Amino acid sequence: MTKKLPKVPVVIVGMGWAGGIIASELTKAGIKVVGLERGKARKTSDYYMVHDELRYAQRYEMMKDLSKETLTFRNTENMRALPMRTYGTFLDGIGTGGAGSHWNGQTYRFLPYDFEIATKTKEKYGKNKIPDGMDLQDWGITYDDLEPYYDTFEKMAGISGEEVSLYGKRSNPYPTKPMLKTPVLEMFEKATKKLGYSPYMTPSANLSENYTNPDGIARGACQYCAFCERFGCEYGAKADPVVTVLPVAEKTGKLEVRTYSNVTKILHDGNKATGVHYVNPVTREEFEQPADVVVLSSYVFNNTKLLLVSNLGKPYDSKTGQGVIGKNYCYQITGGSTLGFFKDKFNIYAGAGALGMEIPEFTGDNFDHSDLDFIHGAGIRMFQYGNRPIANNVVPEGTKAWGKEFKQTSIKYANSWLKVAVQGASMPWRTNYLDLDPNYTDEYGVPLLRMTYDYTNQDRKLTEFMAKKTGPIMKEMGAEITETQNNLEPLDISPYINTHNTGGVIMGDDPNTSAVNKYLQMWDAENVFVAGASAFPHNSSFNPTGTLGALSYLSAEGIIKYMKNGGSLV
Amino acid sequence: MSDKNESVDHSRRKFIKNSGIAVGGVVVGGALGSLIPHKQKTEQQQASTAKKQVNYNDALMFFTLDQFKTTEAATERIFPKDELGPGAKELGVPYYIDHQLAGPWGLNAKDYMRGPAYTAEATQGNQLLMDRREIFTLGLKGLDDYSNKKYDKNFAQLSDDQQDDVLEVFDAAKEFKLTGATTKQFFQLLRSMTIEGAYADPLYGGNKNKAGWKMRDFPGSQTGYTETIMKKEFVKIEPKSLREHMGG
Ligand SMILES: Cc1cc2nc3c(=O)[nH]c(=O)nc-3n(C[C@H](O)[C@H](O)[C@H](O)COP(=O)(O)OP(=O)(O)OC[C@H]3O[C@@H](n4cnc5c(N)ncnc54)[C@H](O)[C@@H]3O)c2cc1C
Ligand code: SF4
Repeated sequence: MTKKLPKVPVVIVGMGWAGGIIASELTKAGIKVVGLERGKARKTSDYYMVHDELRYAQRYEMMKDLSKETLTFRNTENMRALPMRTYGTFLDGIGTGGAGSHWNGQTYRFLPYDFEIATKTKEKYGKNKIPDGMDLQDWGITYDDLEPYYDTFEKMAGISGEEVSLYGKRSNPYPTKPMLKTPVLEMFEKATKKLGYSPYMTPSANLSENYTNPDGIARGACQYCAFCERFGCEYGAKADPVVTVLPVAEKTGKLEVRTYSNVTKILHDGNKATGVHYVNPVTREEFEQPADVVVLSSYVFNNTKLLLVSNLGKPYDSKTGQGVIGKNYCYQITGGSTLGFFKDKFNIYAGAGALGMEIPEFTGDNFDHSDLDFIHGAGIRMFQYGNRPIANNVVPEGTKAWGKEFKQTSIKYANSWLKVAVQGASMPWRTNYLDLDPNYTDEYGVPLLRMTYDYTNQDRKLTEFMAKKTGPIMKEMGAEITETQNNLEPLDISPYINTHNTGGVIMGDDPNTSAVNKYLQMWDAENVFVAGASAFPHNSSFNPTGTLGALSYLSAEGIIKYMKNGGSLV
Repeated sequence: MSDKNESVDHSRRKFIKNSGIAVGGVVVGGALGSLIPHKQKTEQQQASTAKKQVNYNDALMFFTLDQFKTTEAATERIFPKDELGPGAKELGVPYYIDHQLAGPWGLNAKDYMRGPAYTAEATQGNQLLMDRREIFTLGLKGLDDYSNKKYDKNFAQLSDDQQDDVLEVFDAAKEFKLTGATTKQFFQLLRSMTIEGAYADPLYGGNKNKAGWKMRDFPGSQTGYTETIMKKEFVKIEPKSLREHMGG
C-alpha cells in the first residue's frame, strides 16, 4: 500500500520559518531538497477577502484543523489530561509558510544572558538561586556565536527596529527604520521616560518602508491595516516564508514542496534515519520517502511527537529526570498587565501586528534579583494591533457582561482603552513536559501529544513584581480608570494567550541533558536535525521567532557541513 | 426590487387565503399556524415594507420559527436597541446565528470531537461531545421550559425584565439544569454569537447596513491607515464591508 519513492538528499518536514530558511540555504548551496507540508500551498493573492475578522481571527481560517489532530492538556500529573477540543491558549500553523503566514511579526533577539543562564545565575547569585525542580541549562552556544545568524535573519526579513543599549551587541543596525510612532505609543514613551526608563520601538517584521533583501526579494511597506495577527498580509509587507525564503529556494530549481503530505513517522535503523513515512490527508495515499538527511521543522509539538512515536531519542521521564525528548517544555508568562480606560478617543482601529514599544529595564538580569524570589524578567510593552470589534469589547471591572450596560460601556470604550502588557520569561520545571497521551489518538490512530504544564511560584513572583511596574506607567499615561492584574491563575487552555511554546527537543552541549547540539543535530541520530523553538532550553521574555530563525541559519550551515563530512558536528 | 417584494407578500396572502386559514384570534395548528401570528401584517405595514429592499438571506436554514423567535428575544436582551442604535434583532443577529449553526461551525467540524468524554477541571476547556447545534437546541428549549415553570409563558412572551431574570439564571447556572450541558455553556455560546453577529462583516447576515460598526466607529475593511494612524484627534471613517471589494 505504501509507495516507496526514490531517495533524496534531504527531506524537510514542515514549511514554516524553520523549514523555509533551511530549504533556502540548502538549495542555494546546490543541494536538492524535498519539503513535505501537511497543509495547502499559500500565496498573497489568496488574501483578497482577508479583512474578515470572523473567518480569520474567530474561526481560525489559517490554522490547523483540530478535528484531525490536537494535544491533550493537564496542569499536573495528578490530573487526567483531556484534549484541547477547540482552539484556545495557542494556535497551530498549517500550510506553506506555517504560522509565519499569520504571525504578528514581533522579531526580537534573546539576551546574551539567556544562552548562558545557568552559569550566569550561579556566578552572580550562587547555586542556591536555582530552586530544586528548575532544570536550568545553558544552550551550548553564546549570544556572540549566534549574532551573525540573527543578523542574517533580520536582513532576510527586513526587520524594522532601533538599537537598545541594554541588549546584546549588534554587528549591524536593523535593515529598516522603526515603524511609525503613533500618538498612543508616544504617550507610552513619554510616561516611561518620565519614570526613568528607556523605551524603544519593537523590532518588527511589518516593513516600515519598502525594502529589498540580500536574496533580491523586494517588498512594500506596511499599510497599518489592522488585520495582521491571525491574518495573511495581502501586501506582502509582513515577512512570511511564502514571500521571502520559499520563493528564493524555488528559484534555484532544487526545492520540491509537496503539500498535503503529513509525516507520521521517521524511519530509522536505531542510529540513523533512513527517511520518513507520510500520508496525503486528502487522498489517503501513503508514501515512504527515503533520504540521507531528515530535518524536522514541524513546530515544537510535532517535532516532539514525531520523535516519540518513532522511538528516536530517549523520552523524558519526569520521575527520574532522565531522558530528553519532551523535556523543558516552557510557555510564556503574561500576568501583571494594566488596563487603562481613557476619556479621549484614539485611532486604535488602525494598527499592525508588531507596532509597539517596550522598555528593556526588567528583562533578563537587567535588574538586581538578589532579594527577589525569581530570576529573569519581562518586557513591559504597549502594542497597537488595531482593535477589531468582535474580539475587543473591553469594559471596566464590575460592568455587566451583557445587556444595555455592556453594550453602552463597550461602545464607549471601543476606541478609548489601552494596555500596558507584560511578557515574561518562562523557566523550565521538572514537572512541566511533553509526552504521549495514553488515551487519545489523531485521525491516523497515532497517540496525541500530552502537555503537562502549570505556572510555578517563580512565575507568580514575577507577575506580582511586574504588576507593580505596569500600574504606575498607565497612571502616568493619564488613564481615567486603571486595572492591574496582580495574580497568576493556573494555566487555562481556553482563552488565547500567545503561541510562544518552546522546548521538547532542547539543545545543549551534553547528550545526557539535551537532545540536539548547537547545530540542532540529534545526539542520537547524526543525520536528523530538529529545528524550531523546540530547541530552546527555556523561554525568554521575547517572542521566539527571531531566535528560532537565527538557529535555523546556523543549523543549515551545519547540515551542509554534515553532508560533506558526516559524523557529529561537535 | 419593490416589485419582487410585493409579489412575495402577495403570494403569502394568497396562500393564506387559499388554505382557508382565518387570521386573527383563531388558533391554527401545524407549521403555518406558528407562521401566521409572527408575520401577520396590517395592510398598512405591508404597504410600507413593500418599499424596502428584500434581503433573500433573511430566511432560516436551521432554526424552527419558534427557535428563531426565542433567539431573537434572547439576543435582543443581550444586545438591546437603545439611544446609541439598533439592537441584535435589527442588526440581523438571529439570522446570523441561524446561518452559522447551519454551517460547519454548528457541527464543530474543525474541533476534536472524539471520545472518551470525562469531566474536566476548570482549566481544561470545553469537553462536551455535543455539537453547537445540539447545545443551542437544548438551550432554547431550556429557556422556554424555565420560563414556563416560573412565569407560565414561553421566553419570547415574557416582559424585558422577566427575560433578563431568566438569562441571569442561565448565566449563573445554579438554579436550573439542562441535560448534557450546563445553562452557562449555552449562555456563553449565545452571548459570543450575539457579539459576532453584531460586529462581523455584514456578509454573514448580521451587522446589517454596517450599523454595528457605525455605533462604535469601526471602519471595517479599509486598505490601510498610514495617514490617520498618526493623527492625534479621532478620525471617523465611513465603514467599508467586504462586499465593496467585489465591485459592481
Ligand atoms: C497568531 C500568532 C501570532 C504570532 N506572533 C508572533 C510574533 O509576533 N513574534 C514571534 O516571534 N512569534 C509569533 N508567533 C509564533 C510564530 O508564528 C512561530 O514561532 C513560528 O512561526 C514557528 O515557526 P516554525 O517554522 O517552527 O513552525 P510553524 O510555522 O508552525 O511551521 C511548521 C510547519 O510544519 C507543518 N507540519 C507540522 N507537522 C507536520 C507533519 N507531521 N507533516 C508535515 N508537515 C507538518 C505545519 O503544517 C507547518 O506549516 C505567533 C504565532 C501565532 C499563531
Ligand atoms: S498591518 Fe501591515 S504587515 Fe500587517 S497585514 Fe496589514 S499591511 Fe500587512
